[in-house]
Amino acid sequence: MSDITANTPIHGSSAPRDAPMATTGLIAWLRANLFSGWLSTAVTLLLGYLIVRAVIGIVDWAFINAIWSVPLSPTGVAQTQVCRDLQGAGACWAVVTEKHRFMLFGTYPYEQHWRPAIVCLLFIGLYIVSAMRRFWNWTLIPIWAVTLTAIGILMWGGVLGLPYVPQERWGGLPITLILATFGLAFAFPLSIVVALGRRSNLPAIKVLCVVYVELIRGVPLISLLFMASVMFPLFLPEGMNIDKLLRAQIAIILFAGAYLAEVVRGGLQALPKGQYEAADAMGLSYWQKTGLIILPQALRLVIPPLVNTFIGFFKDTSLVLIIGIFDLLTAGKTAIVEPAWQGFGVEVYVFVGLIYLCFCFAMSKYSQGLEAELNRHRRR
Amino acid sequence: MSAAIETLGVHVASSVRTDAPPAIVLDKVNKWFGALHVLRDVDLQVALGERVVVCGPSGSGKSTMIRCINRLETHQEGRILVDGIELTDDVRALDAIRRDVGMVFQSFNLFPHLTILENCTLAPIWVRKMPKKHAEELAMEYLTRVRIPEQAKKYPGQLSGGQQQRVAIARALCMKPKIMLFDEPTSALDPEMIKEVLDTMVMLAAEGMTMICVTHEMGFARQVADRVVFMDRGEIVESGTPDQVFNDPKTERLKLFLSQILRGH
Repeated sequence: MSDITANTPIHGSSAPRDAPMATTGLIAWLRANLFSGWLSTAVTLLLGYLIVRAVIGIVDWAFINAIWSVPLSPTGVAQTQVCRDLQGAGACWAVVTEKHRFMLFGTYPYEQHWRPAIVCLLFIGLYIVSAMRRFWNWTLIPIWAVTLTAIGILMWGGVLGLPYVPQERWGGLPITLILATFGLAFAFPLSIVVALGRRSNLPAIKVLCVVYVELIRGVPLISLLFMASVMFPLFLPEGMNIDKLLRAQIAIILFAGAYLAEVVRGGLQALPKGQYEAADAMGLSYWQKTGLIILPQALRLVIPPLVNTFIGFFKDTSLVLIIGIFDLLTAGKTAIVEPAWQGFGVEVYVFVGLIYLCFCFAMSKYSQGLEAELNRHRRR
Repeated sequence: MSAAIETLGVHVASSVRTDAPPAIVLDKVNKWFGALHVLRDVDLQVALGERVVVCGPSGSGKSTMIRCINRLETHQEGRILVDGIELTDDVRALDAIRRDVGMVFQSFNLFPHLTILENCTLAPIWVRKMPKKHAEELAMEYLTRVRIPEQAKKYPGQLSGGQQQRVAIARALCMKPKIMLFDEPTSALDPEMIKEVLDTMVMLAAEGMTMICVTHEMGFARQVADRVVFMDRGEIVESGTPDQVFNDPKTERLKLFLSQILRGH
């Protein structure tokens, strides 16, 4: 505890002192938040006990009692009796060890797994580069074009000596990333256009945008995927065929576009009218005003709900199981269909869940950083 | 009564150009907000180089009137001509008019996501197609004239109200407008900051800028205005030189308004 300074002026104003220990630091925080009264102390102790028990239980299950691999019989069938004997006391991570390549890459040919692996890394690289603000100019377009072409070449093959792999055999993480990336990359500009259109003074455009948003929001994504898969071919001329993945992709783009449009519209509405007026008074055209003044501010305002929707749609890609496309989650489910591995769903879902968590948490963290950086002008 | 309204300083010499066509003509302008008749048969002519101050109680339609001049509001009846061009729904005519009419708002309306310099160079670069360097030099010149060149790299959120309003004036001036509209520029400011903004506007007036200013600052009106227009309930009740309006009000409504203003002093 520091001493009160001795040179206190005589005429009354005192020099600042250090705060007494009991009101700052860890002890003070504990006293104020956890042990501030009898009830608070009791709740803290109870919850503390429950938390410690839960953590011990999880560590026991996930690490201490877990089995990490099982032997294979001479015919290659996994001998999972060891796991079953545990009867839930420990995790059977062997299912992940054995099946992770199927869960990650689906029915892609086993020897060619390096291709979807590189594709996943390319996607991650693309996200990282797109996230960095210093690439936010026209150079992003060739970067995306080249990366997506490389991804296409790697997945399909047929050129450069790579064996051709038909789309029906694609599965797992690459499918999730393809659907999510293309989906959101196209849905976001679409949503901006629709949001602006909804606020337009031209009645035809406004009605079109309203109808689009209300129709799409009125149906579940599953039914839209189903309709896309079954009904699209009926409307197309004879012989013309859009492949299944593309149909699912279009459905996801339309669906995400409608939801994102409403988020963007919220931002447009939140902007003070004076900003629109000042831009008008300077003689800026509609697109100059929208691109330079309105959208930069409106989009900054709605980063939280935008990222929220992005994260939601990243996970909604798993609904394509309804039309028979093997995304990451479906591949995980299918991995435990084999009789030897039936019943180990928990371990599989934890593994798949962790992968989703990595991507979604990264998005979340990134958005926080982006918000802080873009709103620097608001800090004094 | 004249002694009660002090001037800020020496009256600025008139720069009215009677040889040129009128800068602004409002001819029997009527406007309704729904069923509410907010502008009734407004007739106003502002000559080039003239400085008009519009005053009146709140709700009298003063702001609506000047917002009609650059079509932030649309009038339903009558004609408005700015620099000889009539205000209609024609977008190109409107853009041409807005380029030459600068507006300063009560709530400043600076663009918070851009620096002060970017705020000022935006319109010259994108509307007048000026090269960036030239626009920045122009912006620094006007920021120096409003006496805040050192703030050029800051953001509006970091400036005080008086500074922001001066930036708003500089921003409008960067477009080299022929006419400046001021919509209660000092009403949102603390008293200490009102003077710095009014000084800037006096300087502008001394340079011969055509101005229409809606304000409650009667001292400013006395110093700068060639004409004071009193509006009440959507119509122009009286208009004349500051001497005539402040010292010799003819209508009861103006007398009532002046007495209320003076009571506040």
